[in-house]
Amino acid sequence: MKVSELVKELNLKVFSGREGLEREITGGYVSDLLSDVMGNANEGEVWVTLQTHRNVVAIASLKELACVLLVSSLEPEQNTMEHSNEERIPVLGTSLSTFEIAGLLYQKIKN
Amino acid sequence: MIRRFRADLHIHTVLSACADLEMSPGAIVRVAKERKIDLIGITDHNSTLQCSVVKELAEEAGLAVLCGTEVTTREEVHCLAYFKDLGTLEEFQEYIDLHLPSIPYSPEQFGYQAVVDRDEKIVDLIEDYLNVGISRSIDQVEQEVHRLGGLFVPAHIERPLFGIFSQLGFIPDKLNCDGMGIMSQSIESDIRNRFMLKRDVPLVKASDAHVLHMIGSGCTVFEMNEITFDEIYKALKCIDGRKTFIE
Repeated sequence: MKVSELVKELNLKVFSGREGLEREITGGYVSDLLSDVMGNANEGEVWVTLQTHRNVVAIASLKELACVLLVSSLEPEQNTMEHSNEERIPVLGTSLSTFEIAGLLYQKIKN
Repeated sequence: MIRRFRADLHIHTVLSACADLEMSPGAIVRVAKERKIDLIGITDHNSTLQCSVVKELAEEAGLAVLCGTEVTTREEVHCLAYFKDLGTLEEFQEYIDLHLPSIPYSPEQFGYQAVVDRDEKIVDLIEDYLNVGISRSIDQVEQEVHRLGGLFVPAHIERPLFGIFSQLGFIPDKLNCDGMGIMSQSIESDIRNRFMLKRDVPLVKASDAHVLHMIGSGCTVFEMNEITFDEIYKALKCIDGRKTFIE
């Protein structure tokens, strides 16, 4: 599944990084500790988090994640969006909580 | 003339819910004096309200105090912030008050957040839980501290939680830090290697004492003329022969 398809199916908001919407999704990772994501996330995963700092994009880029998905109506900081455009890694958003969106993501990705 | 001063710049008082009730201003000053410490930093979680009483008692006893707080940023990074005078300290308190989320909590469960006077009488009980992230990012907090002429030092950077590396993976570029706090049991060379910190990044070892017996368990030595805010600044920046090193 591509990021763009996920955006449509789960009605996600695209904040930035539109040029990365054709990235392929291989799985998901849920964490708010950036050190944990650096160590344990895998290429192609959707990263679900409540962290909005620009370091999020740097780590998503380093780990070649598919996209970043912010929960609970959180919005990225301005420089996070700028960095996301440069790195072509989409930063998405949902009003749902981590628990709810992770459940939906799991159904979409694992099926 | 350059002299050496021992400093423990990360100490909590009874005001921090997680600190022991024995951490009264008088007791902190007494133990710091017994342990031959010249300068203490008072850094309660998201509050500066206990600083002035500690400072008053400490100065009577010939002990210097650097007034500050351990602020929790939006990313839940604990950062030490120190201020030159009570005016800027108060301004920073207003900044925290403005951005602290109101989270109800149970003091019976998590501990009381008491402001006490010099006689250990409770003068205020803070109702909002202080051990939470304020709604400002680490970059915004750093800029505010520096706007007020303060010092900004991420606390216990090696901790697996609430440290700058655990929360943010790496030090954000353009973040202006005056030093990096490390824990009392850590070894300087290990920390520098692990996080690739160059020699010119001053490490500030401190106790993070929540109980009396921890005070002074981690100290940093400041080589400077006298204990003033400006001299401390110069020592951290290695200006004019001043410097710091870990004890």
